Amino acid sequence: MNESIETGTGLNTEDMTISVGPQHPSTHGVLRFVVKTDGEVISEAIPDVGYLHRSIEKIGEKVTYHGYVPYTDRADYLAAMFANQAFCMAAEKLARTEVTRRGEFCRVVACELNRIASHLISVGTFGQDIGAMTPFVHALRERETVNNLMEEICGARLTYNYIRIGGVGYDIVPETLTKIGEFIDHLEPIVDEFNRLLSGNKIFIERLAGVAIVSREDAFSYNLVGPNLRGSGIKWDIRRDIPYSVYPELEFDVPIGTAHVGKLGDSFDRYWVRIREMQESCKILRQCLQMMPKGPAISKVPRKFRPPAGECYARVEAPRGDMGFYVVSDGSEYPYRVRIRTGSFTAMAIIDKLSKGIMLADLIALIGSLDVDAPEIDR
Amino acid sequence: MQAQEIYVALEQQFPGQVSDLKAEVLEPYLTVAGASIVEVCKFLRDRAGMDFEVLSDLTALDWPKEEKIQVVYHLFSYGHNHQIVLKVDLPRDNPKIATVEGIWKVANWFEREIYDLFGVIFEGHSDLRRIMLPEDWTGYPLRKDYVEQEEYDGISTQRAPLVEKLLR
Repeated sequence: MNESIETGTGLNTEDMTISVGPQHPSTHGVLRFVVKTDGEVISEAIPDVGYLHRSIEKIGEKVTYHGYVPYTDRADYLAAMFANQAFCMAAEKLARTEVTRRGEFCRVVACELNRIASHLISVGTFGQDIGAMTPFVHALRERETVNNLMEEICGARLTYNYIRIGGVGYDIVPETLTKIGEFIDHLEPIVDEFNRLLSGNKIFIERLAGVAIVSREDAFSYNLVGPNLRGSGIKWDIRRDIPYSVYPELEFDVPIGTAHVGKLGDSFDRYWVRIREMQESCKILRQCLQMMPKGPAISKVPRKFRPPAGECYARVEAPRGDMGFYVVSDGSEYPYRVRIRTGSFTAMAIIDKLSKGIMLADLIALIGSLDVDAPEIDR
Repeated sequence: MQAQEIYVALEQQFPGQVSDLKAEVLEPYLTVAGASIVEVCKFLRDRAGMDFEVLSDLTALDWPKEEKIQVVYHLFSYGHNHQIVLKVDLPRDNPKIATVEGIWKVANWFEREIYDLFGVIFEGHSDLRRIMLPEDWTGYPLRKDYVEQEEYDGISTQRAPLVEKLLR
């Protein structure tokens, strides 16, 4: 039992230990916190992860390079396209395989659509965690359209297995491209509507402004990535700063936290980065639809894919930030080692520190604002 | 800064502690002696011009033939947009190395994961527990010679292939 605390009034109180999760609705998958609280104020929140550990890294050593692509989908089911791409980029770098130009554009289109879908889930469930039910339904409705588009592109709604070594599995047909264009035209006003509904809502703002502030130093030390890093005012985006694919040819802004309603790096800033990133993704998609070149969607890649011995680390800017695949080849058909470094894992590591001294209800806001995704933590 | 320059600076600062620079590969890496990893990391983080403020990734590789486990540090600098990979060779039968938790806080979780899956002991670590697997799990799954235990807590981990079952 916890030690009792002298209050000086002759009455003693005790710290309370609560288990939040693993099936708590706000934990986005299966993860658990052991929370010590003094009344409603948290003194310690220790994350307990591993419930969804599927040993994706070990599986990587037992299947071929081509065969591993569907497994990467499962690393983060909300943004499977990015894991596909990061792994394929690593394999391509190792084997010095060219990607066709149309293939690159198909990748960017699919990825940005996926980013919109992932951010919609993130901001929608975030609202729900804080107690706003309606925006969740609105966000999910739009995401459903993205899933339909994805189904047209590659036949799957969540685990795509679309990006392959050398390009993409299937070309995107002109009809689908038209539909994507229509969807962007439809989505942009919806984001404004969403802002009226949720982002500008006084209750929502007051729940988030100034809560769980991440300083610049902590963001570096805990290696926060993606919107969580940018929320602390650091202008850093792999698409812009370590350019890959055709991103250097595309114009887009990198939104950062600006202390919009509270303090720099608070929960609202992180949320607000995601909203604006959806708008940037729309911009990127629109340019891609115009620039879409003709040609094959995938280059000729041998069925027996044997990259020379060596190692490489490929990063992409996933919705949850820097997703890195460290692939080591020993020259055989199977990877010697696949390491997946994900944004959620490092975001989870900071929760213990940020939760000290905040209210229990704010812990829920903190988890939501970091957009952690349990399967991506555990892999 | 190029890997070559980083290597030269490290050699000057820590004579005999760094070796084996591979600059002509996709991700240039160098080998650091296990005993001085903390000082090397601190130097790389704090020295002007290096400024590796971020530990992008920390993982390990198992090489049973060479009887070693390699711990691999991916360092990155936002300010200079450069990266360097450090490798430390540890004996496979008794892999021990000092923690870099004091330099980058995220190392706490990365090191727990390596401990869990490779069995590397990080000395001075504040909370070295298994992170992915249950506390009473035996063995380190990402080692190459890992044999899956037949049952865990009374639950069998073996399943007859479905086809065989149907044919029976």
